[in-house]
Amino acid sequence: MHTVLQQVINGLSLGSIYALLALGYTMVYGIIKLINFAHGDIYMLGAFWGYYVINTYHVDFIVALLSAMIVTALAGMIIEYLAYRPLRNSPRITALITAIGVSYFLENGMSYLFGANTRNFPQVVKQHNFTALGISISNIQVLILVTALILMILLQLIIQKTKMGTAMRAVAVDQEAAALVGINPDHVISFTFGLGSALAGAAGVLIGLYYNSIDPLMGMTPGIKAFVAAVVGGIGSVPGAAVGGFLIGLLETGVQAIGLSAYKDAAVYVVLILILIVLPAGLLGKNVKEKV
Amino acid sequence: MTKKKLQAIACWLAVMIVGFVLINALVYVGVIDAFIENMLVTIGINIILATGLNLIIGFSGQFSLGHAGFMAVGAYATGIILQAMPTTVGFFVSIVVGIAIAIVVAIIIGIPTLRLSGDYLAIATMGAAEIIRVVINNMKVTNGAAGLFNIPQFATWPVVYIFVCLTTAVIVNFAHSRAGRAIQAIRDDEIAAEAVGINPTKWKLAAFVLGASTAAVAGSLHASYIQTIAPTDFGIMNSIAMLIIVVLGGVGSMTGTFFAAVVLGVLDTVLQSFGTLRMVIYAVALIVIMVFKPTGLLGRYEFSFARVLDRFRKKKEDAA
Repeated sequence: MHTVLQQVINGLSLGSIYALLALGYTMVYGIIKLINFAHGDIYMLGAFWGYYVINTYHVDFIVALLSAMIVTALAGMIIEYLAYRPLRNSPRITALITAIGVSYFLENGMSYLFGANTRNFPQVVKQHNFTALGISISNIQVLILVTALILMILLQLIIQKTKMGTAMRAVAVDQEAAALVGINPDHVISFTFGLGSALAGAAGVLIGLYYNSIDPLMGMTPGIKAFVAAVVGGIGSVPGAAVGGFLIGLLETGVQAIGLSAYKDAAVYVVLILILIVLPAGLLGKNVKEKV
Repeated sequence: MTKKKLQAIACWLAVMIVGFVLINALVYVGVIDAFIENMLVTIGINIILATGLNLIIGFSGQFSLGHAGFMAVGAYATGIILQAMPTTVGFFVSIVVGIAIAIVVAIIIGIPTLRLSGDYLAIATMGAAEIIRVVINNMKVTNGAAGLFNIPQFATWPVVYIFVCLTTAVIVNFAHSRAGRAIQAIRDDEIAAEAVGINPTKWKLAAFVLGASTAAVAGSLHASYIQTIAPTDFGIMNSIAMLIIVVLGGVGSMTGTFFAAVVLGVLDTVLQSFGTLRMVIYAVALIVIMVFKPTGLLGRYEFSFARVLDRFRKKKEDAA
């Protein structure tokens, strides 16, 4: 029982990172139907920014987190403006290849500028473990969970309560109709990229703190896993992405805990394929009927 | 078969033979050294992979991101069989076995996943390919994560050349046959195609299986040419590399696939000297081409000798 609870805590910590990333995927997909392959690399940028400001300016965790969110939000908006906006009316597969190009560019650009080696992330928050009822939980895990939850609640508030959030939902449903009622889709799409990228940047700083190591290729695997999480949850659905993220995190730690760590990636994909076959639109996705 | 068709086929045969003789002569003279030969073989293998993928994506409209998985099947079939049977016969047996396994795997993956569409299919096939890779990574006979090495080299450049011609002929003929028209009809409108009596599942699966089996051939050639294989050679990034060739050349254009494979192969070789900057330049080139030429380098253009001959004949008639 203790080990199960312990694994649940570990799974939730990892899952909240996936959830933060998956939210960015799902929002971008919901609004322009693009699998933003460069999203995992935005997360890497966030981690590197955190590394940079903490080492150079000796700022504390909150400043590092917030500044990383601002920087990655700007990066996301610039990428959208330069690489994706010109392709708004092109075949979707073209935009996908461009996203892959952006991903290569960020990964290799960072390797070129700062070297491909792994670095130790500075430990701004001293780790100590709380033990209760035989379960140990570190303050960093608590920090990750709390930060992720706060960010998700904020995101939900932005999407549901603000004017921009309403505009985002409108553009996701019908871009042309939204434009007719006076919404500028370009601004909304740009804002969506900024919002999603800020969450990825926050996830980057959190993972740096959790795993202690960062490198330019760190975004590849979590990026794909988070995308899987978004699909499992129902791509385009914001609560779905959060649920999917936690589910994938729990699944991975669970498979690892029963001694099959070599198969943890395969388990994730098996669950993905099974869910897609049973529920083609994901757990919380909307099922769109095909009409003649 | 009409005279026109025969003439076009004769033209293609002539091109293949001239190409072969030309490369042979250049190797003999020494213009093509080991370095360029390596580039040519890589281009050839990429052409086999990408034409198969273009059949799946461009002609049948199924967005598959799992091509590297089928390539892994062929590569490991060859690697394992050649260790037990290091002869030319063993090599060809291994190709056939690779194709057979790839067909079975493609059917197992295809039947459930081909019901999905668009991005969902892409992500499901990507997952399936990753499952293949993880299984290979954990099997004894495949030597796990270390992979297989010292695989005897039977896939020299003439073998690869002949296979490029063969697989291309099979795929292009499939795409322009009754079956090819059926899958294109399904791509354009599945419900309409079903209404005129085309079974979508059957034809989509046929295209998927054919693409998968050519990928297995490419995998066999890769294993025997490079002589070492490891599960990491067949990851998501490799599937994406094939997708890039297809989209860059123009989705649905086999001529474009050839063109893009050659362009990327040459670009890769030229950029070797740039070291780490190579991939940065490659990425920028990719983004710039996509932004300014969203339909790919050749769009839907398809080179056809039949058409060239037609035009030639018309000119002659006009003159006469």
